Amino acid sequence: MQRRQLVLYGAAGAGVLGLTLFVGWWRVDGPSAPKPAGQRPLPLSAMDFRLTDHEGNEVGPETLIGRPTMVFFGFTYCPDVCPTTLSDISGWLEELGDEAAQINVVFITVDPARDTVEAMAEYVGYFHPVIRGWTGPEDQIARAAEGFRASFERVPTEGGGYTMNHTASVFLFDAEGELVTMIDYHEPREFAVPKIRRALTEDVEGAT
Amino acid sequence: MVKKLRYSNALAVLLTVAGLSAPALAGSEDVVVENAWSRASIGVNRPGAAYLTVRNTGEDAVTLTGLATPLAMMPEIHESKTNSDGVSSMAPAGEITIEPGQSVALEPGGLHAMLMKLQEPMTEGETFPLTLTFSDGGKVTVEIPILGIAARGPEG
Ligand SMILES: [Cu+2]
Repeated sequence: MQRRQLVLYGAAGAGVLGLTLFVGWWRVDGPSAPKPAGQRPLPLSAMDFRLTDHEGNEVGPETLIGRPTMVFFGFTYCPDVCPTTLSDISGWLEELGDEAAQINVVFITVDPARDTVEAMAEYVGYFHPVIRGWTGPEDQIARAAEGFRASFERVPTEGGGYTMNHTASVFLFDAEGELVTMIDYHEPREFAVPKIRRALTEDVEGAT
Repeated sequence: MVKKLRYSNALAVLLTVAGLSAPALAGSEDVVVENAWSRASIGVNRPGAAYLTVRNTGEDAVTLTGLATPLAMMPEIHESKTNSDGVSSMAPAGEITIEPGQSVALEPGGLHAMLMKLQEPMTEGETFPLTLTFSDGGKVTVEIPILGIAARGPEG
């Protein structure tokens, strides 16, 4: 896990190394072997998908540019990992306090067959109010996942139903839509919240 | 603090060990279940999950073989795993052996009591009984508090 994080830092760094605002970070966290180019999430500006948020608004990657952004994939029929991720994120947002209002936080379903706009609305309503739920046609979800280099797969269960395997990392982008870093599933809050603050700080520095 | 005390008291009172009278038991009478909690559900279509710690205070290893509850037709111990690519998946965990003096924690993102085919919604503030079955034939029933959907642990 540690090694993967270093690899991801490397990948994030490769894309934004030229930006002076990243230099401080680069010095602190250090360079490492770059991740194969095909595997790092694209900048939001290079993604292309059309989805609907839990209030029925048309949304896409461009909706997220202009503010720091947190994105993660999941599904509402997920009993363990997804509510845990959502409640972890809710906790991080609470810790950020007023700053949380400056961030886009988006939960994209990988199970649009069951996660309708209404289902997403009901579900996200139980978590921090900043969190938005996005759903849409399967092909658009697939395009979104491709942009984030996330994966998902439908897996039948014994009971005749199905569950979804999916990327559980949280993607963190700066206000320009460049990947800052990823927060691995179950990363302790001591690490997660500073990472989010870093994305926020970059936003501030970028504006000056 | 008040809340915390309330839950641990509830557990202490409600925890019952069935089958104590059976002389053949080897181990499960020394099982203690702690920190039990679950999240409320939206309706009955989505599976629920419950969490707890099983502690073996005895001198013999015990093996947890299954679950039963009137709340769900298909309760099963599952394990969520996240691989090196960050992809999470979930599968039945099979039997779980707990060595003497050891404990096994069912916690978010790892082992969990997966409650499939819910018979009724899991409502915040209520409780439900969950029976743990062990290989020696012993059963331990624990009353599990249902917390909010966004709960992070036994304290909410
Ligand atoms: Cu499960």
